[in-house]
Amino acid sequence: MLLVAPQNYTFDSPLELDCGRRLKEVNLRFETVGTLSPNRDNAVLVTHALSGDAHVCGFHSTDDSKPGWWDEMVGPGKYLDTNRYFVICANVPGGCSGSTGPRSIDPDTGKPYNLNFPVITIRDMVRAEKRLIDHLGIGRLLAVVGGSMGGMQAMEWSIMYPEAVAGIIPIATTCQLSPQSIAFDWVGREAIEYDPNWKSGDYDAEHTPDRGLATARMLAHITYLSDESMSRKFGRELQDKDTYSFNFRRDFAVESYLEHQGQRFVERFDANSYFYITRAMDYFDMAEPYGGDLARAFSAAKSDFLVVSFTSDWLFPSSESRKIVKALLANKIKVSFSEITSGYGHDAFLLEVDALGRLIRDFLSNLSEKEHANNG
Amino acid sequence: MVEAMYIDFNRRRDLGIIKEMVTPGSRVLDLGCGDGSFLKMLRDECHADVLGMEIDADAIAQCVANGVPVVQTNLDDGLDLAGDDSFDLVILSHTLQEVRRPDVLLRRIVSVGKQAAVSFINFGHFHCRLQLLMTGSMPRTTQIPYQWYNTPNIHLGTLKDFRRLCRHLDIRIVEEKPVGMNFPLLTAAMPNLFAVGCVFLLERA
Repeated sequence: MLLVAPQNYTFDSPLELDCGRRLKEVNLRFETVGTLSPNRDNAVLVTHALSGDAHVCGFHSTDDSKPGWWDEMVGPGKYLDTNRYFVICANVPGGCSGSTGPRSIDPDTGKPYNLNFPVITIRDMVRAEKRLIDHLGIGRLLAVVGGSMGGMQAMEWSIMYPEAVAGIIPIATTCQLSPQSIAFDWVGREAIEYDPNWKSGDYDAEHTPDRGLATARMLAHITYLSDESMSRKFGRELQDKDTYSFNFRRDFAVESYLEHQGQRFVERFDANSYFYITRAMDYFDMAEPYGGDLARAFSAAKSDFLVVSFTSDWLFPSSESRKIVKALLANKIKVSFSEITSGYGHDAFLLEVDALGRLIRDFLSNLSEKEHANNG
Repeated sequence: MVEAMYIDFNRRRDLGIIKEMVTPGSRVLDLGCGDGSFLKMLRDECHADVLGMEIDADAIAQCVANGVPVVQTNLDDGLDLAGDDSFDLVILSHTLQEVRRPDVLLRRIVSVGKQAAVSFINFGHFHCRLQLLMTGSMPRTTQIPYQWYNTPNIHLGTLKDFRRLCRHLDIRIVEEKPVGMNFPLLTAAMPNLFAVGCVFLLERA
């Protein structure tokens, strides 16, 4: 059993943010697996998605029932092999799994920030991650790997710190959030706002807006699946019954599943963090600072890219990845792009472990050899 | 790791000819690049800056294993990922006959590349002609071993047909290198009858 210990890094100076504000006393919760090589050239940063955290693989204790969120992919002897690479994963600022977020104490008031927490962006997350990498004494990452929101961070790494990373692996992601996704995020936040417990974000720990957050999660969860995967998994099956109840309680297996997902989510996630992280994604638009020209956005990038999308992902469809690839090619960047055939929808990035893992393993292996050749 | 390196130039003489057309340091795009072994050779031996395009997921995974950048693309979708004049040479070997609109693709590759090397299978070869004449059935050869109903080769033509198409599309044939099997002199003299294929170096007129 792979045991990993959560670590904390508290910044020694404030974090300057895109919104113009600065965040004092920032803590990043992170975990590392594997050993940093003497040349410090085998570090891979894994960036997590909306509901992820720093616990990417392994267990925190022998009593843990569940491993980290990408345990099938990351670990000793796995596709992202921690016998070979030093894997780092940090909870994003604004999150609720150990890093400074809206439920942290505002040093100016002594009370939780709640909605006084500054709005953070994907770039702010990357700035914080860069501080951590500097703190760990790593001058150049071998790669940044991430799916969904993690892929957004990975791409920003390539233009914010082009010298500091050799390879970028954005998976099931997009270079700008579509109006459809912004709409889903909005409805999710509205659901939380309508929860009487929410109190404009000033809820107390005993009375959290669970109904609202669960509804937001159920809505979002639908966007992570596909018509095909729902049909295959649930069909029109009824849950623990043979006939319709002729009322509005849950009858269908798919209803029961969503309810379960919502309940599980509120046990580990915070409603205000949900506000901040979805907002960070809403504002994500790599082309915007460059007059809408994505090719110009990537003009500073130097890393090699492996871009991966999935056929049934309708949240961040392959057409988005193709835009990214096109912009990278316009800058003559070495890019590989694979659209993996999968029925799992957006969730495929967590489920298609073999097809995705093989690409990641071989891309990293070649990248690692190339880095050695360049440095040796 | 899967390492596909071996290229049988005896079986694919056209690739040897195309390799000669690659100038060191040039930017090369191979359409339908398979497992990327040819591109890997062009990168390592000709110091070319290479990119492959391929539709098959397994072949793409092999390219990644070979360290060759590859982009999943359906050639029937118009090569919209590549900008005009973004490559020095675009390679299309034994692939043109599989696409839905060879004319559209040809026009596109001479705008994406400053030049294009197209390796064309010659259906005017005397074996094909004889099979059709003597047996009355669609020809099957070592290069095109399929039946008419299951072949991916949906646009077969002769060298003469190809030249005519280039003329029609305002594409200039810079070089024409017939590939023969057993009759080098006859192949050189009458390629449309004796060449099994031909490598055409093309550019916009």
